[in-house]
Amino acid sequence: MAEMDTSSSGGHKKGPGVKKGKKLSTRVDLTPMVDLGFLLITFFIFTTTMSQPTAMKLFLPKDAENPEDQNKAKESGVITLLLGKDNNVFYYEGQLAPDGSNFKSSSFKEIRTVLLEKKARTNEKDLVVVLKPSSESTYKNVVDILDEMTINVLKRYALVDISPVEEQLVKLSDAGGGAAASN
Amino acid sequence: MGRAKLPRKSTNIDMTAMCDVAFLLLSFFILTTKFKPSEAIAVTTPNSVAAKVAPDKDFVMITIDKDGKVFITMDEEQKKEAVCNALNTQLNLNMNVAAFKKAGFFGAPFGQMASFLAIPEEQRKGDKLPGIPVLDSTDNQMVTWMRAITDAYMGVKINLLVKGDNAAKYPSFKAVIDAFKKTDQLKFQMITNPESVPAGTELWKKTMAGEKREE
Repeated sequence: MAEMDTSSSGGHKKGPGVKKGKKLSTRVDLTPMVDLGFLLITFFIFTTTMSQPTAMKLFLPKDAENPEDQNKAKESGVITLLLGKDNNVFYYEGQLAPDGSNFKSSSFKEIRTVLLEKKARTNEKDLVVVLKPSSESTYKNVVDILDEMTINVLKRYALVDISPVEEQLVKLSDAGGGAAASN
Repeated sequence: MGRAKLPRKSTNIDMTAMCDVAFLLLSFFILTTKFKPSEAIAVTTPNSVAAKVAPDKDFVMITIDKDGKVFITMDEEQKKEAVCNALNTQLNLNMNVAAFKKAGFFGAPFGQMASFLAIPEEQRKGDKLPGIPVLDSTDNQMVTWMRAITDAYMGVKINLLVKGDNAAKYPSFKAVIDAFKKTDQLKFQMITNPESVPAGTELWKKTMAGEKREE
């Protein structure tokens, strides 16, 4: 493919007084240049970061001084999600039964169905999702569950501190092999 | 009748056009590339469906690394100076204002801040530093930091960002939120990587219907 004109063979046969103007080709072989170009392109494609980080907004409620000022929620419309260790999710509806009979375990994959099902049978005004991450849950879990709220268009949700009883219950369920240990 | 003589074609191809394309693409990539600044604190952010691009100036960023250590990053030198002076007078810390202004991030208990600033910038790496102590509920130093920052930003909106690592445990995050609450900073944003909305979900249906999402 080389195109450089190197045909200078016999170019030195100058007769006396005869000057032969050699016609050099103006074509240059561009192959190496293209090679270099694509090499650099590959480099820039690999180093470039196309996706910019996004930001998720979160509004915190102001801590109410006395319990009477706190937002009231209808018991029937409340679903509480508890985040445990190893991506476990537990939930119960309304109040937690003293014997823990309404305490169910789930996972991040299944929680969407649970939430949608709850949403379908509850009056939209009454529905409140309470999120209680335990101390064993990770930041990713919290973001994931908040994201789940956005995905399922649940307007009312709150990030609440976990109570010692619930913390214990989550810990026990975590230790108990966790039926929902699958991620 | 013999066969038609095929003219012998040259194997040469004109490379000029290809070269043009290559360099056009090359210039595009050079111009769009933004090199990632090398990060002193290694953090892998979680994914979310949030579509809003994170602000990249006038922010105060709280970073939580995988061990739950907390660091503060600020980008405005003026505000940094105000924060530094406030902390110096309030706690008698004796911090070097010039070094404080130059530092990319802060992550040490108040008692060690002066020596923290004495470390050369390039040697300050998140994994070797203690971070700001937050977990002790009686001495959550984040609150003091946030107070100084709120005062420095008096009247101006703060772009509060939280950048947490996937593996960071919740208590650190909660301590940071508590500090926000105590200083009446009730709005903040969490830095995440974009993720597409799962098909078939309610949000997906809404987006498909062309409804604008509220942020």
